[in-house]
Amino acid sequence: MTEAVWTTLRLATVTTALLLLVATPLALWLARGRGWVREVVAAVTALPLVLPPTVLGFYLLLALAPGSPAMALLRPFGIESLAFTFAGLVIGSMIYSLPFAVQPIRNAFEAMGDAPWEAAATLRASPLDTLLNVALPLARRGLLSAGLLVFAHTVGEFGVVLMIGGAIPGRTDVVSTHMFQLVEASNTAQAGGLAAGLVAFSFLALVGVMLLDRRLGRVAG
Amino acid sequence: MSPAPDPRLQLALSGRLGPLAVDLRLDVPLAGVSLITGPSGAGKTTLLRCVAGLTRLEGEVSVASAVWQDRSRFLPPHRRPVGYVFQDARLFPHLSVRRNLGFGAERAGPGPRGALSLEAVADRLGLTPLLDRSTVALSGGERQRVAIGRALLSQPELLLMDEPTASLDTGARREVIALIGELARDLRMPVLLVSHDPGPVAHLASGHIQLEAGRIVRVSAMDGGGRDPIEGINEADRDALARAAVLAGLSPLPPGP
Repeated sequence: MTEAVWTTLRLATVTTALLLLVATPLALWLARGRGWVREVVAAVTALPLVLPPTVLGFYLLLALAPGSPAMALLRPFGIESLAFTFAGLVIGSMIYSLPFAVQPIRNAFEAMGDAPWEAAATLRASPLDTLLNVALPLARRGLLSAGLLVFAHTVGEFGVVLMIGGAIPGRTDVVSTHMFQLVEASNTAQAGGLAAGLVAFSFLALVGVMLLDRRLGRVAG
Repeated sequence: MSPAPDPRLQLALSGRLGPLAVDLRLDVPLAGVSLITGPSGAGKTTLLRCVAGLTRLEGEVSVASAVWQDRSRFLPPHRRPVGYVFQDARLFPHLSVRRNLGFGAERAGPGPRGALSLEAVADRLGLTPLLDRSTVALSGGERQRVAIGRALLSQPELLLMDEPTASLDTGARREVIALIGELARDLRMPVLLVSHDPGPVAHLASGHIQLEAGRIVRVSAMDGGGRDPIEGINEADRDALARAAVLAGLSPLPPGP
């Protein structure tokens, strides 16, 4: 059980960190770019929101299995398959949670509009300088929301991780899949303990984020 | 006549912005306060934005001897030494007053007005007691003074101000207008000042640029008293004046011997 908790925390942390790195430039482009390509990419980005997790997991499993086109690309790096591995779980979780990361960050960039970019440009700040020192600090609440949503969503996901992870103890067995197995085995006591622990963890995480958000809002907002 | 050695702002720009067909042609000395007036939607803000590089139209812009835009190049806004004071101040809410003031200064490096220090500007603008405050709780007048100081400290060759007093109450407006006049005079800072209501700022102006429906319809010098001197009027006005004089029985020609 401890192993499952540990795997879950590791998965959620790695997924959140990597996804914020990917989602921030994507959200920036969706908020400030132009053209029809952007609309198409926006729709694709939102797709994991409406797909059943098992459908997403099924396609991911095909893509991560040996012999798939994606794996053929990775073969030169000595990677044959990512199905039933922790790396595969991270990839799946990132895709599954992509809309939850992109939307709050995109909203934050859209809410600030052109004004801070223009003001910074007239003060000699290059676009990159403005992004790092003005736009990202102004979007910090969006980034925080994105991080929280992705973390919570990853802790709670079940369909995708079961499909592509296979609940292998110590590697891909996370709290949600572990709990399912406990209930299947009629081990209600342990399942109950795990459930209560998750509720407590989620509550504390929310309180912590709300406090942090109020602090960010007070410093300047 | 030999060409004037004084620096000039020259631009010729045309294009379409939404419903407005814009055709801006301007050649004015880069000195004093030039007032830009016209009905709303005439293109006053567009003119400032094109000089700053925030809006891009086809054409040419040169300031003093530097070409900022022509057929083959377009200097991005962050490489143009202008200060821009927006109507809504646009202070950075995540930075203190001091760091807002220093934002452009840190990036511009020492300029022709190298002696301009943050402390001196803050003192001059009455911002010293506010330096370590957040900008969020400032009054409208204070915000606009920070915006002006921030623009000045970025070592501009030209200060662009878009209705800097429009959102202020009467007291704050008077104070900011007086400040603009002092700064333009003491720092010899050329200013392009957009105003829909020229009345309160006319006494600062040395030039007047009038726009209508996307065109510059009149450029005149002003004597600082808010009225155009006779040298500043355009040809149509001069003709009309001559006609009126003839009708009144005066000779348009100086009397011969």
